[in-house]
Amino acid sequence: MIPLEHYLYISAALFSIGMFGVLTRRNAVNVLMSIELLFNSANINLVAFSRFVEGALGGQVFALLVIVVAACEAAVALAIVMSLYRAVKHVDLDRAAELKG
Amino acid sequence: MFDAVQSLARFVPELILVGTLAIVIVADLLTQARPVGENRRLLTGLAFAGLAAALLASFTEPGGAALFASMVADDGLLAVLRPVFILTSIVVLAFTLRSKELDGVRMGEMIALLLTATAALCWMAGSVNLAMIYLSLETVSVASYLMVGYLSSDRLSNEASLKYILFGAVSTGAMLFGLSLLYGLTGTLDLYGVRAALAEEAGGPALLLVLVLVAAGIGFKIAAAPFHFWCPDVYTGAPTPVTAFLSVGPKAAGFAVLIRFFYSGMAEPSGGGAFSPVGGADWQTLLIVLSVITMTLGNVAALLQTNVKRLLAYSSIAHAGTMLMGAAALSVEGVQAITAYLVIYLFMNLGAFLVVILAHRATGNFEISGYAGFWKRSPLLTIAMAVFLFSLMGIPPFAGFLAKWYVFAAVIRAGLGWFAVVGVLNSAVAAFYYLKVLRTMVVDPETGETPALAFGRLDRGLLLLLVVPNLLGLLFWGFLDRVTEISQRLLELG
Repeated sequence: MIPLEHYLYISAALFSIGMFGVLTRRNAVNVLMSIELLFNSANINLVAFSRFVEGALGGQVFALLVIVVAACEAAVALAIVMSLYRAVKHVDLDRAAELKG
Repeated sequence: MFDAVQSLARFVPELILVGTLAIVIVADLLTQARPVGENRRLLTGLAFAGLAAALLASFTEPGGAALFASMVADDGLLAVLRPVFILTSIVVLAFTLRSKELDGVRMGEMIALLLTATAALCWMAGSVNLAMIYLSLETVSVASYLMVGYLSSDRLSNEASLKYILFGAVSTGAMLFGLSLLYGLTGTLDLYGVRAALAEEAGGPALLLVLVLVAAGIGFKIAAAPFHFWCPDVYTGAPTPVTAFLSVGPKAAGFAVLIRFFYSGMAEPSGGGAFSPVGGADWQTLLIVLSVITMTLGNVAALLQTNVKRLLAYSSIAHAGTMLMGAAALSVEGVQAITAYLVIYLFMNLGAFLVVILAHRATGNFEISGYAGFWKRSPLLTIAMAVFLFSLMGIPPFAGFLAKWYVFAAVIRAGLGWFAVVGVLNSAVAAFYYLKVLRTMVVDPETGETPALAFGRLDRGLLLLLVVPNLLGLLFWGFLDRVTEISQRLLELG
């Protein structure tokens, strides 16, 4: 059986890649993809802990909730990106800087 | 099954809100073909009726039990905050009628989103399970993202919404990762179970990581530095009634989650109303650092603003810092101080936003310089603004003074005298920018053609509703006694 540590390494790596993407990417859609990695790294954690901790099924339910919420959030985020694209014809975060100060 | 039925009986305000939400959506579909004004009147009326019923139902004594298999705590904190959320929504709904930005806009979705967010705020304030905290927090967030971007043809509204959702998703993603680690450390999602597990076995460095990640998620919701970057942009870009809602509702619910997470999950009572952290993680220092950074940054940045919505954004950041002081006091008094602060903050901050909305109808922009000569154009509006700003400053005899007094007293009694001094110094800085707005209104001469402002019955009624509680700070003693009495029984579950 694969030991718990391996799952944790994978999830930590995914989380780091996601955070790196969020901080470095300038395209809104790329940032959204990186955010999905953040959510899924937590999902791996939840399911792995649920498998290895005696009698703790809550983690699997939590992971299902997270998947649903992440889908909703992605739908809303893409709708907003579309709406902004219609207004300014690009999805570059550096150029979306009308609001500042 | 029995538990669920019994729980529903204690869940009446939320049920009313969700029922109203369903009715509003159907009514909106049925009246799509009607003119905008007619459709809007009908939906707003329905929402007012539902919210009023929910408000009446929300004045209950706390049941003192955990509902829905320990998902939601029906305790003093929920009993105090539920009316706060619903009243906020009622006032914000009235604001939408008077906001120039929303003139002639179809409001079906906005009202549905507002009702969704209100119900979710109530769930957030009650949740005592990690999954429930996450789910309710995301429900509030998704509804807020859409409300901020409601003016889909307005570039600023879109940009604000995009910034909000990207920042929000990253913060909640980080918080979620922290919660998953906490689940691994303790093997349970129940906050009281987390406390029991941590009391048995210290969490070590992993727990420190959990604390920082969770603080990021909660800090985003309450707009605490360094997770506040979205706040000024979103407040400026969003339609003003939505800004008013964001500055009170989600902030109050964020503080409820903060109190639950740290006081119910990460600390245990150590006698005499004090709490001590469990699991070997010093979260008191973390909260003190966050609080000092937040208030200082909020107040200093507010000094430089020329846009009144941005100024109020930084002011709300500074107020979040002051409220965090109460959380860092590690005592029941600190928690009571926060709840009292949140109630008073509702009246003073929504009041300031009402003046901004009414002034926007006259000036057409949100620049502070546009407020010149308001004393001549409308003494009524100037006096109302003076009351709200003095209250926000925390000057006696206005209600805002009581709010600050409670927090500082709790901090001093917790033996953190220097912390209270930092808070008082910050209040002194805050007085500068609030007075700057007032000086513009009273002293600066008007420019160009500036007719006197006229107000309808709704405007006067709203001003009265929000001014009176600020003036009668002393009346709050009675009400605060009730808050205090309720929150005595706060956090007693588990």
